[in-house]
Amino acid sequence: MQNFHISAQAIEDIDIVAKVATPQSGGYVIFDGRVRDHNENRDVTHLEYQAYEALAVKEGERIIKEAGERYNIHKVFCIHRTGDLKIGESAVRLIVSAKHRGTAFEACEFIIDELKTRVPIWKNEHYTDGSSGWVECHECSKHAHHEEH
Amino acid sequence: MNCYHLQYFSLLGDFTKKSSEALNSEAQSPEELYAEIEQIYSFSYDKDKFRVAINDEFSDWNTALNDGDRIVFIPPVAGG
Repeated sequence: MQNFHISAQAIEDIDIVAKVATPQSGGYVIFDGRVRDHNENRDVTHLEYQAYEALAVKEGERIIKEAGERYNIHKVFCIHRTGDLKIGESAVRLIVSAKHRGTAFEACEFIIDELKTRVPIWKNEHYTDGSSGWVECHECSKHAHHEEH
Repeated sequence: MNCYHLQYFSLLGDFTKKSSEALNSEAQSPEELYAEIEQIYSFSYDKDKFRVAINDEFSDWNTALNDGDRIVFIPPVAGG
């Protein structure tokens, strides 16, 4: 069963809880990453997401498998948008179910952190002055920096 | 001479003004192919910031390429 998905259509209306519900699960943690109207002191009008879908799905599935090995969780569902997104739209939605909330919180954070550094998805920020620029993940630079020391 | 199928994302789409192409090349590795693309499209960008995928799997820059391989040079990612 596929747990990681790429979508060119809006993802707000998907019943993500139903995707991971099990009778054994008492804790459900959702991360909903949305487009905000600013980044690093610049006003943002909208974002464009691109994904290398074939590899993004494979890498997303690998991250979810790793989360299952690290944390005592039941199910994971994650979906990431592509295309042009307006302010306030969901770019990524992730849900983890577990017996208790603690492991669900931890696994949710692990998955989104790994997604941001490993999955081949890119965002182009468009600014109010008409310019645009591809964003470089800050966590990735931090990782690279740490590895040097 | 091999034919490689390339897809361009993010910065590389801007540099090449293309989303994909089939390229006939003497390059034997992703490293050689990247250098060739830099030359064709007159750009220069630190290769160490990129990763490379061959046939939809992460690979090494020195992997031997085969005719018909699908190659993607992966700029710094920023999902989420």
